[in-house]
Amino acid sequence: MKVALKSITFFTLLVVLSIPFSAFAKGSIETTTAKGGVKGDPVNTQAEIKEYIQHHLKDSHDFHLFSYFSENGEEHHVGFPLPVMLWGENGFTAFMSSAFHHDDSGEVVVEKNGSRFVKLHSKIYELNAGQTAVQFDADHHAVNASKPFDLSITKSVFGILVIGLLMLFWFSRLAKQYKSKKVPTGFGRVLEPLVVYVRDEIAKPNIGESYRKFTGYLLTVFFFIWILNLVGLMPFGFNVTGQIAVTAALAVITLVIYVFSGNKHFWGHMLWMPGIPYIFRPLLGLIELVGTLIIKPFSLLVRLFANITAGHTVVMSLIAVGILLQESLSAVGSTLVSLFLSLFIMLIELLVAFLQAYIFTTLSALFIGMAVADDHHDEELHDEHGEKIEDTEVIRKSFS
Amino acid sequence: MEQLLENFSLDLFVKQTILFLIIIFLMVKFAWKPIMNALNEREEGIQGALDAAENAKKEMANLQADNEKLLKEARAEREAMLKDARDIKTKMIDDAKAEAKAEADKMVAQAQASIEAERKSAIADLKSQVAVLSVEIAEKVVKSELSDKEKQLGLVNEMLGKATLN
Repeated sequence: MKVALKSITFFTLLVVLSIPFSAFAKGSIETTTAKGGVKGDPVNTQAEIKEYIQHHLKDSHDFHLFSYFSENGEEHHVGFPLPVMLWGENGFTAFMSSAFHHDDSGEVVVEKNGSRFVKLHSKIYELNAGQTAVQFDADHHAVNASKPFDLSITKSVFGILVIGLLMLFWFSRLAKQYKSKKVPTGFGRVLEPLVVYVRDEIAKPNIGESYRKFTGYLLTVFFFIWILNLVGLMPFGFNVTGQIAVTAALAVITLVIYVFSGNKHFWGHMLWMPGIPYIFRPLLGLIELVGTLIIKPFSLLVRLFANITAGHTVVMSLIAVGILLQESLSAVGSTLVSLFLSLFIMLIELLVAFLQAYIFTTLSALFIGMAVADDHHDEELHDEHGEKIEDTEVIRKSFS
Repeated sequence: MEQLLENFSLDLFVKQTILFLIIIFLMVKFAWKPIMNALNEREEGIQGALDAAENAKKEMANLQADNEKLLKEARAEREAMLKDARDIKTKMIDDAKAEAKAEADKMVAQAQASIEAERKSAIADLKSQVAVLSVEIAEKVVKSELSDKEKQLGLVNEMLGKATLN
């Protein structure tokens, strides 16, 4: 009951917090209307849907919640702008993303600090000095503009910040609870088993004795990916774990951890594998090195990225079925089909959200575990009661 | 692959790396470390309590075994004491009996001996008195017999008459 009450307060707070955003959103609607709605009709053709999906999968500079059309056919975007921070040729520049008026095709030029910026396919370009409009080559690449270093709080960065703060809030509260009581209450009671699960099922079995040093990273990465995956499934959510840059950053951190915590035994076995002819050792060492430094992190980053991207694409495509099949199945039929299909894929995505977080964390733990594993070959074997087990070879020799 | 690379945004990569490192640092400092410590402490506490309970159980069992042993010993001791007492009792009775018998025997023997001695002295006394008496009687008889001369002469005559002189 107490938990229910708390979650009610939480959601109320969420709603209250979102009010200023919608008020702000109204402000930006007016600017859009003032510009005279860019596109006059809703997304309803196959090409438009494809573009819409691709656009959603990308990072963006403003937080777009939804769009609607007013009676005179103008498109209104509801959302809130995010700060744009750029390090370009004229140094640091900052402005709100609303300055671009939702333009993503390079038409709106923002002049600030003596530089001109355009936004093109979710990326901000700085026009070369003296240029007033962006020009394209045959492949639709900008020719007279360069990319400044983009420090903006983009939608993904916003998501990272929000989830980071949320995690910090939840778990530091859980940590504080332990000061006054042995067993946490309320939401902490939900979080504690998850923490114990990651520690006992992921960190301990894969890393072994020195698991304690790496649990902090594994717990952070597990909850970070899981929560972001779940948030990504929500209608207004952000596709953070579907950004290859994000998954790459996570994979590189895992790589750095296991490369720097690798012991002598790990490197020795990798570069100079004992027990095989000397001729093959350098070759095998090279293969192992490539596997450790490139293939392992690459598999980590691509697995997470591809799963989340595929999930989002499939969910959105199934929702699009409702639009595309209207002619053949009628509006009601196509909506039902689309709802039915997307409901089940959503349930699968809920599982995938957890699964991918689990897999990423487990594989990270496994790679770290391989790097810190001790050389057990020279040690005596012991059974579970601590009794010494004779090596089978020794026993065999004693018979002959 | 090409699209993958095109989608890759170095800016976001850098931002994510920095932010994530900060998140890790903050989470470790403010959440994971205290949580892990508390969990370990609690688990150790639980383990300790379980161990203590196990130990107490063992101790209890030991105590019970001790009690059982003590009880057994006490019982055995009681048995032994009872047996001893019984033995002593029997022995005392036997001893008393033997002693009484010996005393009685001794008394009987003494009595018999004194009776014998009495008897002997009585007999001896009797004998001496009989002798004195018989001597006195004989003296008196002889005196009286010899005082009547006539009769003595008649007797001698009678006797002489009966005797045949061969």
